[in-house]
Amino acid sequence: MGDLVNLFIAAVFIENLALAFFLGMCTFLAVSKQIETALGLGIAVAVVQTITVPANNLIYQFLLREGALAWAGLPNVDLSFLGLISYIGVIAAIVQILEMFLDRYVPALYHALGIFLPLITVNCAILGGSLFMVERDYDFAQATVYGIGSGVGWALAIVALAGLREKMKYSDVPDGLQGLGITFITVGLMSLGFLAFSGIQL
Amino acid sequence: MDKLETRRVLMEPLVDNNPITLQILGICSALAVTTNMATSLTMSLAVVAVTACSSAAIAAIRHHIPSSIRIIVQMTIIASLVIVVDQILRAFAFEISKQLSVFVGLIITNCIVLGRAEAYAMKAAPWPSFLDGLGNGLGYGLILMSVGFVRELFGSGSLFGIQILPLLSEGGWYYPNGLLLLPPSAFFLIGLIIWAIRTWKPRQVEKPEYQIHAVHRTEVT
Repeated sequence: MGDLVNLFIAAVFIENLALAFFLGMCTFLAVSKQIETALGLGIAVAVVQTITVPANNLIYQFLLREGALAWAGLPNVDLSFLGLISYIGVIAAIVQILEMFLDRYVPALYHALGIFLPLITVNCAILGGSLFMVERDYDFAQATVYGIGSGVGWALAIVALAGLREKMKYSDVPDGLQGLGITFITVGLMSLGFLAFSGIQL
Repeated sequence: MDKLETRRVLMEPLVDNNPITLQILGICSALAVTTNMATSLTMSLAVVAVTACSSAAIAAIRHHIPSSIRIIVQMTIIASLVIVVDQILRAFAFEISKQLSVFVGLIITNCIVLGRAEAYAMKAAPWPSFLDGLGNGLGYGLILMSVGFVRELFGSGSLFGIQILPLLSEGGWYYPNGLLLLPPSAFFLIGLIIWAIRTWKPRQVEKPEYQIHAVHRTEVT
């Protein structure tokens, strides 16, 4: 249990997908102008991440990894080279299902998330989470915790950045740095702040 | 397609319309691999190859793709090309592919690739699309290589693993700047590169949302 708590803390703070691995940067920079939209996107990413990482873990464990097809009588088959294409397929499918599900049962949330939901398919934080899960060889419980943690961490980072940018509208920034430039430098400073968490162990 | 057009398609994404500094595309997977030149170069080549080939492939079948499922078709083409690149790297440059870890796979979700497919390849013939992909890949590579150059030279005193600035710990005079090897420095460097490019090309400067009112001497009585 302690391991899992540790993994969660590490995924949220120390190995924050946005600030330590630069994942999901395009949306991170483009959709962080207002706290409200940032929060909506953050929640959407966290939800999708929580579902896709464990789902891809099952696919990897029971279909793709070397010897995983033993239950089907094919112990020598190694399909891990099909990993990338299957994970992105799973992600696209789950985003689509989630969209249909929310539309039918939770219309309020569906409208709040709006355009962001389909865009999540091409958010590298989602695919990155699944690839890290495979690379680090997590089992199902670890994958679930890692999925929740990394999603929450990403949401936290984008909401924090949106807060900073709302204040920053009023500051006097040099012409060339206006907009994108100063945002990069702000994210750099935030990432420096998150570095302070490294070394924390529970 | 005449020479001038070729030149334009190829050169424009380098500075004038750079995918990273102006279009905000493809920043995602790239920055983590710029701690040294070798990985930056490999990553740039991989992205150039994938962008150019996927643009050409998508342009070649653009009349046959139903528009309702075009994203999935494009993703499949891109993912297959990335798998090829990944397998080639694993076969011939295993050490570097270990260092790049998941970031080769993340080329699939690199917005440059899909962005060029949507914006250019769906409307143009294969050869111009190939050049367009090549140009945008190179624009991306240019930023990646510049960031990698600064980070490796000043962070560990070497280039491509060859010692340029002798380190203090090995009897030289250079004390390496450890910050440059950490993630935040990549953000600072890109911020500064954007600043430099926009000072050079003021046309790219974004308008501030709020103009600070300049007070004239006559208003303060």
